[in-house]
Amino acid sequence: MAVIEKEGNTMTSIKKDRFEWVGPNKEKSEGISRPSINFWQDAFIRLKKNKAALVCMGIIVFILLMAIFVPIFSPYTISEQHMTHQNKGMFYVAEDGHMHLFGTDQLGRDLFVRIWSGARISLTIAFVAVFVNLIVGMIYGGVAGYVGGMTDNIMMRIVEVINGIPYLMVVILLTSIMSTRGVASLIIAYAATGWTGMARLVRGQVIQLKEQEFITAAKLMGAKPMRIILKHLLPNTLSVVIVNITLAIPSAIFTEAYLSFIGLGVSQPMASWGTLANEGVQQFRIYPHEMFVPAFFICITMLAFNLLGDGLRDAFDPRLRR
Amino acid sequence: MAKYIAKRIGYAIVTLFVLSLLTFFMMRALPGDPFIGERALPEATMNALYAKYGLDKSTWEQFFLYIGNALHGDFGISMSFEGRAISDIIGEAFPYSFDLGIRALIFATIMGILLGTLAAVKRGTAWDTISMLIAIIGVSIPSFLIGALLQYILGVKLKLLPITGWKSFEHTLLPSFALSFSSIATISRLMRTSMLDVLGQDYIKTAKSKGLSQSKIIWKHAVRNAIMPVITVLGPIAAGVLTGTFVIENIFAIPGLGKMFVLGVQQQDYTLISGTTLFYGAFLIFACLVVDLLYGLIDPRVKLTGGKE
Repeated sequence: MAVIEKEGNTMTSIKKDRFEWVGPNKEKSEGISRPSINFWQDAFIRLKKNKAALVCMGIIVFILLMAIFVPIFSPYTISEQHMTHQNKGMFYVAEDGHMHLFGTDQLGRDLFVRIWSGARISLTIAFVAVFVNLIVGMIYGGVAGYVGGMTDNIMMRIVEVINGIPYLMVVILLTSIMSTRGVASLIIAYAATGWTGMARLVRGQVIQLKEQEFITAAKLMGAKPMRIILKHLLPNTLSVVIVNITLAIPSAIFTEAYLSFIGLGVSQPMASWGTLANEGVQQFRIYPHEMFVPAFFICITMLAFNLLGDGLRDAFDPRLRR
Repeated sequence: MAKYIAKRIGYAIVTLFVLSLLTFFMMRALPGDPFIGERALPEATMNALYAKYGLDKSTWEQFFLYIGNALHGDFGISMSFEGRAISDIIGEAFPYSFDLGIRALIFATIMGILLGTLAAVKRGTAWDTISMLIAIIGVSIPSFLIGALLQYILGVKLKLLPITGWKSFEHTLLPSFALSFSSIATISRLMRTSMLDVLGQDYIKTAKSKGLSQSKIIWKHAVRNAIMPVITVLGPIAAGVLTGTFVIENIFAIPGLGKMFVLGVQQQDYTLISGTTLFYGAFLIFACLVVDLLYGLIDPRVKLTGGKE
C-alpha cells in the first residue's frame, strides 16, 4: 500500500491545470464505426475470401458468355459439313485457311461451334428445368409448411411417394413416350420429378420461420396467408434455396447428358453436350478428342457449379462449414 | 417398431402402385397400338388380337390385368424381339446387372469408408486433400464418362485390361470401378464428416485415456459408430448404382438389363421399356425398404417411430 501512496505523491508534481475535461464527443460516440452491412453483403464478403468458389464463378460466366456469343460469331454453322476434312484433330487448319479449334466430327462439322451451341442447349435445359423446380418446389413447400396439420401431412406423403420412385426411370419413361425429342421434353421430364427436393427443403425452413415474431406481426396486421408465404416466408428461405439451385444445376446437366447418352436427347442436327459425348463415344477409339472435348465441358461445368454451391453454403451459413 | 415397419411397407406398396399406374398410362398415351403394323390386318384378326391381349376391356380392367400379370412375372411380349416374353428377357439379363451392381456397391462401400476414415484421422494432411479431391471429382464426372475414359487409358492405350465384354474377372474390373466412382465420392465424404464428429466424442477420449492403441480406437470404437450415416444412404446409392448400369452396360457391351433397356428405348419397344422400368423400380423400392429396416436393427439408438413423443 505504501508504494502506491508514494507513487501517488510523485503524480501530484504534474499540475492539474495541464489537463482539461473534454467530455464525450456526442457526434462520434453515437456514430457507427463500420458501415452496416446486411446479410447478403456479409455473405458476399465471405464468398470473396473463397478463392475456389470465385474461380468457379469465373468459369461459369466464361462458359455462359461463350455459349451466347460463339454460335453468333462463328464462321461455321452447327450443321455445315466439310466433307474434305472429317474427323480432324484439335487445332486443325484446313488448306483454305479455315481453322477448326476443336477439330471436326465424322461428318466434317466444326466441333468448336457444336460444343458451344451444345452448351446453349444443355445449359438452357438445366436452367429452365431448375427454375421450374424452384417455382413449384417453393410454392408447394411454402404452403405445406405454413398451413401445417393435415394438409402438410397429405402433401408430404405425396412427396414421399414421388421420392420413392427412382427419378431417372420416370424421366426416361416420360422422354421415351414424348413424340418430339427436344429441349421441351427433356425439361418437362426433369421438372416433373425434380421439385420434391426443393419442396422438402423449403417446407423445413418455413416451419422453422413461421413461429418467429415478424410472422406474428404480419398476421396481426391482417396479412393473408398467401401474402405471408410469398412476401415474408419465402424471401427468408432464399439463401438455402440459392445453394440448392447451384447444386441442382449440375444434376440437371448430368441428367441431360445421361438421357442424351442413351439416345433420348435432342435430335440431329441439334447438339447438346450429352449428344456430342454420345457421338464421340462411338468414335473415341480412333479419334478420342471427339469424346474428350464434350466430356471435359460437362465435367468442368458440373465441377464449377458444385464448388460454387459449396462455397455459397459456407458463405451463407458459416456454422455449416465442415 | 412394428408400426414403423408396417408404415414403411405401406409406403412401398403405394409407391409401387403409383409407378405401375404411371408406366401403364404412359403406354396407353402412345399413339396407335402394338398391332397397327405396316400391313393392315382384317378387322376380325384385329378383334381377335385385341381380345387375346385384353385390349377390348375397359382401361381400368386392363390396368389390373396388367398388374396381375406383372405380379406373376408376365410383363407381356416384346415388340422388337419377335415373340419373346419380357419376363424371359429380364430373367436372362438381370443376373448380369445384379452382378455388376453388387460388385460396384461393395467396392464403393469399402473404398468410401477407407478413404473417409483416412481423411478424418489424418485431417489437414495430404491424405485429406486427396480424398476430398476424389469426392469432388466423383460428383462432377458422370459415371459413363469415367467409363469411357478408363477404357481409353487402360484399354486402348496401355492395353492392360479388356475393353468390353463380361467374361472373366479382368472384364469386370473397369465397369465395376466406373460404376462405383461417384458412390465412392458420396460415401467417403459422408464418412469423413461423421468420423470427425465421432472422434470428438467423450468415449473416444475415454478410449484414449485407457491407453488403447490408435488403430484399436479407430477400428473398434470410431468406425463402428461413424458408419451409421453411411448405412442410411446405401439404399439411395444402390438405386444410383443400378440406374448407372444402364449406360455402363452399354459402353462396356455387357448383356445386362440396362443394355436391354437402352435397346428398348432405341427401338421404341414400349413393352420392354415399361417391363424393365417396373421391374427395376420394384427392385429399388424394395432395396431401400430393406436398408431402412436394417438400419433400425443395427443401431439400437435409432428410434424408428420418429421424434413425436
